[in-house]
Amino acid sequence: MDHATPMLEVKGLHARAGGTEILKGLDLVVGSGEVHAIMGPNGSGKSTLANVLAGRPSVEVTAGYVLYQGRDLLELAPEVRAKEGLFLAFQYPVEIPGISNAYFMKAALNAARAHRGEEELDGMDFLEFAREKMKLVDFDEALLNRAINEGFSGGEKKRNEILQMAVLEPRLAVLDETDSGLDIDALQVVANGVNALRSPDRSAIVITHYQRLLDYVVPDFVHVLSDGRIALSGGRELALELEAKGYSWLEVAPAETTAP
Amino acid sequence: MAQSSDAMLDKLANRDYQYGFVTDIDADSAPPGLSEDIVRLISAKKNEPQWLLDWRLKALARFMDMLANDAEPTWAKVDYPKIDFQDIIYYSAPKQAAKIESLDEIDPQLLETYEKLGISLNEQKRLHGVAVDAVFDSVSVATTFRSELEKQGIVFCSFSEAVARYPELVQQYLGSVVPVADNFYAALNSAVFTDGSFAYIPKGVRCPMELSTYFRINAANTGQFERTLLIADEGAYVSYLEGCTAPMRDENQLHAAVVELIALDDAEIKYSTVQNWYPGNKDGVGGIYNFVTKRGACRGKRSKISWTQVETGSAITWKYPSCLLQGDDSVGEFYSVAMTNNLQQADTGTKMIHIGKRTKSTIISKGISSGRSSNAYRGLVRIQPGATGARNYSQCDSLLLGDRCKAHTFPYLEVKNASSTIEHEATTSKIGEDQLFYCRQRGISEEDAISMIVNGFCKQVLRKLPMEFAVEAQALLGLSLEGSVG
Repeated sequence: MDHATPMLEVKGLHARAGGTEILKGLDLVVGSGEVHAIMGPNGSGKSTLANVLAGRPSVEVTAGYVLYQGRDLLELAPEVRAKEGLFLAFQYPVEIPGISNAYFMKAALNAARAHRGEEELDGMDFLEFAREKMKLVDFDEALLNRAINEGFSGGEKKRNEILQMAVLEPRLAVLDETDSGLDIDALQVVANGVNALRSPDRSAIVITHYQRLLDYVVPDFVHVLSDGRIALSGGRELALELEAKGYSWLEVAPAETTAP
Repeated sequence: MAQSSDAMLDKLANRDYQYGFVTDIDADSAPPGLSEDIVRLISAKKNEPQWLLDWRLKALARFMDMLANDAEPTWAKVDYPKIDFQDIIYYSAPKQAAKIESLDEIDPQLLETYEKLGISLNEQKRLHGVAVDAVFDSVSVATTFRSELEKQGIVFCSFSEAVARYPELVQQYLGSVVPVADNFYAALNSAVFTDGSFAYIPKGVRCPMELSTYFRINAANTGQFERTLLIADEGAYVSYLEGCTAPMRDENQLHAAVVELIALDDAEIKYSTVQNWYPGNKDGVGGIYNFVTKRGACRGKRSKISWTQVETGSAITWKYPSCLLQGDDSVGEFYSVAMTNNLQQADTGTKMIHIGKRTKSTIISKGISSGRSSNAYRGLVRIQPGATGARNYSQCDSLLLGDRCKAHTFPYLEVKNASSTIEHEATTSKIGEDQLFYCRQRGISEEDAISMIVNGFCKQVLRKLPMEFAVEAQALLGLSLEGSVG
């Protein structure tokens, strides 16, 4: 890919979820090799942005466009986006009975490999590959043969997301508050997962409510989302400033003053 | 834009029924209605001995009694308009040469019908070493591999032929597990059954191939009432498969079969069913009412009967394959997948009656509901006072696809011996948009995701099916085989 083409370009994005407009003209450009942190108060639209990127059917895009590696992302089915290298680490990973974690990950990896015209991995090769990745995120191998997330603790579910990310090696990883509710050890695991993927041709969007994850995953850019728009962008120092001041100083209400 | 998950679930629920064709074939049918005359007619058509006619008439009298007393069972979690038993044709048989000496003499259209269903009756083609008895409407039209089986003393033939050739075996065992007046539909079947399959495995013989019966309802307005009787003598083993299909018709058709299994000392019977009767269309029009009594008696010591069923068809399924564990140390097993779509209703499960000492039973039931269907597990585990040291393990899992379907579980436990051990586990899981989206986000299409989930959910049961059948069952469930990793 030409480095002049951004990994992701979001322009004038409006989106509705549950009948309410959540994103109200969001602009964002993520360059290749960059890690962007997106912060903001609850309800500002962070998760909606993640869901639009991944293509959740219940979120409706009403205006704007999203280009992923120069292509119209919104035209692609969610599974195609995934196979094209877009990964979402879910804020609330679901439990899926009946499918083992290992089988699921192998199916996901092979779907992507087939899409890229690569040979599929058999069970042995996959296991060897997955074991390397498990070391990286300190994942208990016993969980590999359990049904996806079934009976996992909150921390185990998040680790599982990071393991899947490590296995799938996405071009663009979107982490939706993966750090919330995690202790320092688990945060380190998440950070290891993201940092291991850092390279000139991969990017990440790290959505977080707190700045502490950013001590481990040092972002190139920090954006503050407020009321469905990027209200402020800056470097690493913006996150520290937000931690010190909180979000309340951002909450201006320009729409109120201009409404008839 | 991406197809919504609901649309996908709808698509899954509304897949076409691929066995819905009708064979245009001359049939010899009785007029509709139920009476002593009809029973006598059926018996006469089959040249039955007097004792069997008497047996039928006794059943008819009991059925008419029950009908007059409104004894049609209503306890099942199913809902349908009252059946007019006088509006059903009780006998229909394909017309063909009076006596068939070989498969070559069978109406080619009949052979073609079975070919279309993927069942070869041509022995030269060797259906993977499975001996097949084909029952078309009410009559057995062909049984394959007979001579090979006969060399080992194994009898596998149509029920009618068994009555003629092995009357003492039939008379000894018929109705010994399911008595004529056992229940409403069993009584009806006993009065009007027309054919079915019969198998006898002699002492110490291990049946070298799977025995299989394929039931096909073709004629309109016809009920299908077949009777299957399987006897495994001391130390014998048999694996038996049963498959069923029917054309698509707008009216409901009644299928009321009775299956009786008898296992003597150290004998083992594996009975597998893939039931794919026409389920009706997506609005619930048409489809088979499948009201079936299946029961096995583990009469001998250390005998074993396993029921495995994959139930995907029928508008209504009312079916409880059961085991009477009479012999000491006998074992009963029930493995079931019941899948309902659209407006299908299923009320299915088992009864494990522990009578002998140290008897053991296992129940694994997997219910999958989608569309607006209703799926109930109903099971009884009864430990009789003499069943010292009896054990039962039951597991009932329900999977809901979407949010418009229903799952119910009705486990009954009756324990009259304190030395017994009973375990029961139950789970309910729902596959909704969130789960499907999760899979899609990992690059797995909705169709594949549903297949994986359903297959994973059922694999405990599917792996109990004989290989040939497992493949068919999986195709039926629209599944691809889940590989095992690690």
